[in-house]
Amino acid sequence: MDLRYTDEQQAFRAEVRDWMAANVPGEPLPSFDGGRAGFEAHRDWEARLNAGRWGMVTWPEAYGGRGLDLIRWLIFEEEYYAAGAPLRVNQNGIFLLGPTLMEYGSEEQKARFLPPMATGEEIWAQAWSEPQAGSDLAAVRAKAVRDGDSYLLSGHKIWSSRAVMADWAFGLFRTDPASERHKGLSLILFPLDAEGVRRQAIAQINGETGFAELFLDEVRVPAGNRVGAEGEGWRICMATAGFERGLMLRSPARFQMTARRLVELYEANRETCGPAQRDAVAEAWMAAEAYALSVYATASRLIAGGRIGAEASLNKIFWSEMDIKMHETALAILGARAELLPIASAAGDVGRWLDGYLFSLAGPVYAGTNEIQRNIIAERLLGLPRG
Amino acid sequence: MNFAFSEEQTMMADVVRELLARECGSAALRGQMSTACSFDRERWRKLLELGLSGVMVPEDAGGLGLGGADFVQIAEACGHACLPEPLVDHAGVVLPLLADCEGEAARAALTQSLETGAVIALAHSQTPWIVAANAASAFVLPGPDGLRLVPGEEVRRVQQPGIDPLRQLFTVSAEPAAGAEIAAPGAMATLLARAAERGAVFAAAELVGLAQACVDLAVAYAGERRQFGRPIGANQAIKHHLASAQVKIAFARPVVHAAAALVPSDPGALPDDIEARARISHALLAAGEAATLAARTALQVHGAMGYSWEVDVHLYLKRALSLTQRWGGPEHHRQRIAERILSAPIGPDRLFPQVAEETETTPMKRTA
Repeated sequence: MDLRYTDEQQAFRAEVRDWMAANVPGEPLPSFDGGRAGFEAHRDWEARLNAGRWGMVTWPEAYGGRGLDLIRWLIFEEEYYAAGAPLRVNQNGIFLLGPTLMEYGSEEQKARFLPPMATGEEIWAQAWSEPQAGSDLAAVRAKAVRDGDSYLLSGHKIWSSRAVMADWAFGLFRTDPASERHKGLSLILFPLDAEGVRRQAIAQINGETGFAELFLDEVRVPAGNRVGAEGEGWRICMATAGFERGLMLRSPARFQMTARRLVELYEANRETCGPAQRDAVAEAWMAAEAYALSVYATASRLIAGGRIGAEASLNKIFWSEMDIKMHETALAILGARAELLPIASAAGDVGRWLDGYLFSLAGPVYAGTNEIQRNIIAERLLGLPRG
Repeated sequence: MNFAFSEEQTMMADVVRELLARECGSAALRGQMSTACSFDRERWRKLLELGLSGVMVPEDAGGLGLGGADFVQIAEACGHACLPEPLVDHAGVVLPLLADCEGEAARAALTQSLETGAVIALAHSQTPWIVAANAASAFVLPGPDGLRLVPGEEVRRVQQPGIDPLRQLFTVSAEPAAGAEIAAPGAMATLLARAAERGAVFAAAELVGLAQACVDLAVAYAGERRQFGRPIGANQAIKHHLASAQVKIAFARPVVHAAAALVPSDPGALPDDIEARARISHALLAAGEAATLAARTALQVHGAMGYSWEVDVHLYLKRALSLTQRWGGPEHHRQRIAERILSAPIGPDRLFPQVAEETETTPMKRTA
């Protein structure tokens, strides 16, 4: 154990900081879920990042990365969020499918899909949930019927983030019509502009269309778009879910920055705050620190050859609950102004806290509800009997 | 940057865990509950045979010269076992304090304690009730003229009955001139401040250990106890309670480990900056909350059994109650957090301020 950065790690931090200072847009980009302009602005940012080879620093150089370890990834993320850089529009691709392809994809698939994923030329959506397969994901009905060298995809997918404007999706399909539950499923990649794909945007509680329903009617894709063997889809998706709940999707720096903004908000509104707000702000800072320390510990373990399993569920519960508490604290500090939109003339320094609050409420739901996560912890980490 | 224990560090803690599993099980604890002094000399001797009392005493003073990262998992194991003897205070706080004193009197007492296993207890304003004073042969007492080391026979001990059936609490006093001075008033303040930081770090570790013990007890019970024709642990209501407790533990433990890594092998080199103090306070607060939640959850999962004397849950609940209020208590530590976030820079790049470089010490002797 040595909790000091090496000179090389410090130099790396300085390099990231300099690049971000020179490249991060001065004004925040419009939301990528609010319309084509915001979406494309974020795509352009991904291209710029990638041109600096900062798209995914942990990826091998061949795919646009730098082949760095997880500690450097954490340092990169710290500087990324500290610089106020945009959220990653391709997070489904770079954080979820990317690592999955790296582990389970063929060489052809890696060469075909990873480079345009890194540059943002191809933005990805996830197509797992169905109207009858939410928490019970193994109830998936959408099917992939083999037809020569192709699959014909049919079914109804829903809650597919970014799918309104994304280019590709990775979906879970039943390749064995006689199969039940977890068996007979396969992970298949398909373009969202293919014939037979109909997308229907779903308005979210913030009014934006951050996700969509997908109606698939005999969408033809090459059999080579299947990741892993037929029937391996469940196992591969659970590994992906591990990435999702675990380290990548919510890096600690994002919450450390939220904590910093919260402290600034408290200081700016100190005259109207009492000890309850002080304690809540202190709790928020501690939670962000605890999450960061935990991720450093996990990263150190993974570098030493360990693996992340069911403990990813601990992370998911912790960050999603922390995020809500932080935003609730901000709204409590804002008091009566909490309900005002930033465009209101009386809004003052309300910033984007209300927006962030609404988004935080989705945290305990997406990527597997926190109830499902608690079941996983109880059964797989603690060893309680299955219900 | 490597936030993982070395194999040596974990092996050392495993040896302690194994010893405690043999010597400090439920039956042993229950045998001590009815005695006037629950300090078990025989178990103390076996623990000290592992070299534990001098673990954080510098090598030139006869110790192992290790740091907090080496000791923290041991302190966790002591909490997990609900160990009655104050090993964590003795090895984590008192002997490093003596090693931190100038002069012969402190050094002689330290040497003697390392050789004989004699318990030396510290009277500290942040821990007014001295644990196991009935087993101590000498006391470190702060006074207007500085810090004094007073032999047990010159100390008046008044028992203060408390709720933990495995630990007796005392207040102590002595004549102003009793014993020998080991630190002048100026140095005393620094020594006591450092003792409080070490005390908080290792109390936090004990709390994390006992929190995990509570979850372990409840998981075992929920797997056995059947109602409605199946184990109660198959119900989501039970699962979710225990999962929530495990989440609290999982996000207290790394904070405690990072706080322990601040404790260097040289007791005088403990960092004294606002960020280090906040990390230590955070550790104690997070560990205290984890232990409180875990103990209450364990009680609830055990149902009426959890409210009975017969089940061990109450031993942990009571120890948690004691430890969360020691070393200043939650409000003191919340204030230190507030002070830190309102007066020093915060953000992702302040997670690991290079404290060690500023103090010119290595936080740990053994690095992986």
